[in-house]
Amino acid sequence: MKSPKQRLFLYLSLLCLLVGCASTSHQIMGTDKSQVALRAIQTRAFDTTDKKKMMQTIISTMQDLDFVIDKADYTLGSITGSKFLGYASVTMTVTVRPRGETQLLVRANAQHGIQSVEDAATYQDFFTSLEKALFLTAQQVD
Amino acid sequence: MARILRLAVSLFLCVVMVGCATMPKGFLKPPEDTLEKRQLEMRQYDTKNEEQILSATAGVLQDLGFTLDESETPLGLVVASKKCDAKDAGQIAGAFFVTALCALGGSSSNALALVDAVQVVKVCVIVRPSLEGSKMTTRVTFQRIVWNASNQINRVETLKDPKLYQEFYEKLSKAIFLEAQSI
Repeated sequence: MKSPKQRLFLYLSLLCLLVGCASTSHQIMGTDKSQVALRAIQTRAFDTTDKKKMMQTIISTMQDLDFVIDKADYTLGSITGSKFLGYASVTMTVTVRPRGETQLLVRANAQHGIQSVEDAATYQDFFTSLEKALFLTAQQVD
Repeated sequence: MARILRLAVSLFLCVVMVGCATMPKGFLKPPEDTLEKRQLEMRQYDTKNEEQILSATAGVLQDLGFTLDESETPLGLVVASKKCDAKDAGQIAGAFFVTALCALGGSSSNALALVDAVQVVKVCVIVRPSLEGSKMTTRVTFQRIVWNASNQINRVETLKDPKLYQEFYEKLSKAIFLEAQSI
């Protein structure tokens, strides 16, 4: 039989677990960054109009980064892949759409476990690999 | 009583400070073994017929008991998966030994409920023209999720066993030949 002290301790510990991270509406609709800031981090423009080559290069870059491609749609220009890091899974969607007459806009957004990735350096790593694979320079979009 | 309270408060503070789990940095950096991985996962075929390779790939996956989940011909993509047995004789023997030891010691063990039981293997194949454009390059990647006997996820991993890739490509070469001969 547990003593009252032990029971108190147990309840307190359980309470701690219930603290959680954030409110539900924040989790569904919100991010920690503004829409504009997030787009700047996640988007780059490339001087090419070859959508097919771009998408195939994105796929091979993602495969280099250990991702397994889950879905891809040429018409929509979207590619979704996932990879495992220990017990956490990382999923990433990359979309390609035209920007003006001469450029393609590439946007990546990743999720690590139950959190969206909003770290600029992480996305920069991805675009650096993509640049190398494309032999083109990724341009920051304002 | 005061000591327990103090312990509880410090524990509570620890939890509050930990907050949400931290995210590792640099997980989108290319790993160092990229080139080796490419060698393992990629093969080239002397043809310009993308669709032929793609349909042969779908055929091989069906031969191996996979069901196709997704395909996008313009991008040369096929994604398939299959659910299969993940029991490992060595692991079961080990768990049995632990359980027997525990029983002898007068306690119980759930080691047998924690051994690998079922796995879902996911495979993704990409077919695209090689850089110089005269050949077709295929790249295959395997991933699996393993559940234990109590239906909990035991492990998630990318499969890197060279044998697996070799076997897949042997079968694919055979399938390309068979389909060229319309068998």
